[in-house]
Amino acid sequence: MFEQSISTLAQKLRDKDISSVELTRHFLARIAKLDTQLNSFITVDEKKALEQAVAADHLLKIGQATALTGIPIAHKDLFCTEGTLTTCGSKMLNNFIPPYESTVTHRIQQAGAVMLGKTNMDEFAMGSSNENSFYGAVKNPWNLDKVPGGSSGGSAAAVAAGLVMATTGTDTGGSIRQPASFCGITGLKPTYGRVSRFGMIAYASSLDQAGPMAKSAEDCAHLMQAMAGFDDKDSTSAEKPTDDYLENLNAPLTGLIIGLPKEYFGDGLDSNVANAIMTAIKEFEKLGATVKEISLPNLQLSIPSYYVIAPSEASSNLSRFDGVRFGHRCENPKDLLDMYMRTRAEGFGTEVQKRIMVGTYALSEGYYDAYYVKAQKIRRLIKNDFVKALEEVDVIMGPVAPTTAFDLGSKTNDPVAMYLEDIYTLSVNLAGIPAMSIPAGFIDGMPVGLQIMGNYFAEAKLLNVAHQYQQHTDWHLQTPSMAKGA
Amino acid sequence: MSIDKQGVQKIAHLARLALTDEDVDQYQHSLSSVLALVEQMQSVNTDGVEPLSNPLEMTQRLREDKVTEENRRDAFLANAAQTEAGLFLVPKVID
Repeated sequence: MFEQSISTLAQKLRDKDISSVELTRHFLARIAKLDTQLNSFITVDEKKALEQAVAADHLLKIGQATALTGIPIAHKDLFCTEGTLTTCGSKMLNNFIPPYESTVTHRIQQAGAVMLGKTNMDEFAMGSSNENSFYGAVKNPWNLDKVPGGSSGGSAAAVAAGLVMATTGTDTGGSIRQPASFCGITGLKPTYGRVSRFGMIAYASSLDQAGPMAKSAEDCAHLMQAMAGFDDKDSTSAEKPTDDYLENLNAPLTGLIIGLPKEYFGDGLDSNVANAIMTAIKEFEKLGATVKEISLPNLQLSIPSYYVIAPSEASSNLSRFDGVRFGHRCENPKDLLDMYMRTRAEGFGTEVQKRIMVGTYALSEGYYDAYYVKAQKIRRLIKNDFVKALEEVDVIMGPVAPTTAFDLGSKTNDPVAMYLEDIYTLSVNLAGIPAMSIPAGFIDGMPVGLQIMGNYFAEAKLLNVAHQYQQHTDWHLQTPSMAKGA
Repeated sequence: MSIDKQGVQKIAHLARLALTDEDVDQYQHSLSSVLALVEQMQSVNTDGVEPLSNPLEMTQRLREDKVTEENRRDAFLANAAQTEAGLFLVPKVID
């Protein structure tokens, strides 16, 4: 069942070949059987799932179903879900039951999808390996000794293992694309402002963006159809009509101009990953695309710029966790200051504390111009590089990450080794453009992702390009052995 | 750029994080590594470049000044560690 597309299952539901309740029970059983190996879920909400499945079956019966009606999905545990525990991967929120629903989860629910639960993640979305979760590391379904990537690692692993048809993720510096790459699935980070941030627990507000994660571009398009669009409740939501993300999936790629930034193929890129990417590019050439070498000269500066801007915004956003209104509070505080200091030291993990302190330092008196303002100036240089390149080419392609998934525990001791992993993804968030990761091969049994970047609000174009590739390749249809026969 | 123990303690205080001596040692090392990593920004000439804070360069949208939310006091108090008479309770602030 999990190997089918959302479109196929939607048809089966409409034809009454299967009910949503049956489908929901099937996937809940897969989670019960397989997730002990992966730890991809923090919460499985069986009761809510079955209630939603009953409601979906009713909509199907009265002929009011969308393509998502009755389809089992899961949300990253960063979206507030009314009445369902929302932890953000942190001890700080291990008792937080949101009193309201995020716009993303609300819209997907309105479309009739069935939420099975909430997926594991790096604490407050800070990490590239999912090892920073208070609820334990997630394992990669392709090799249980490897990381699934992060921070949306649970969302990626759950899709790859067929525990759910699709998931939501969020991407502040690569947190949808890198785990999609490591787990061999398809993920889309939309343009900043395309999908509402209302009800998302904030990490870095000028970079955060939610997007879909699923097996194929077509499945992602179905989710975007529900998720995207202006939201009055998000003050940075783009006031611009959405495209029909399914309409142009089948447009031919004849005449497509692909930019290959030379900086994405330099030192530090694993040669096997480079070969897999170049093989994928050749496939696009067969489909009628032409390739042009381009330059994004400030790529290297995306690391320092990001690791100032994101922690600065995080230090400000995470000041709300003070033990007063929600979340963890320390035992027997002797005064207000003691309560703040111990609550936050107990509630936040090491990586989160580190980033809060980096941000506090960068924003502190005497350092603000040298760090935060400087990083924002460099951010403009990085944006300008993309704007210039996208005047000459339709899409930009390159690797998502320098290597395939690495071993659990292999990068946890060096404080900056993990940051260098993000070199190919950070600049996209700084510029605010959309980008995807799609499966493009395997190296020693581990998936490799191809990154496709596009112009502002060109999500439909990216999905079209990805879909055409997936019509001619079957990397996205491969299943890890642990997921088979269950 | 590195940071000394006193610097870590000052930042931790500003960030309202109670650190043990062991934590201070650990963060001195990791914060210094991050600050060294971001130091390469200083060699870039950004004269005349305007800082970019919103990638779409949008200005903040304002809403009409009217009440749009209903009163849900009980629902919002339900997540608090300590409440009384419809209020959030905190440790004594003034003697």
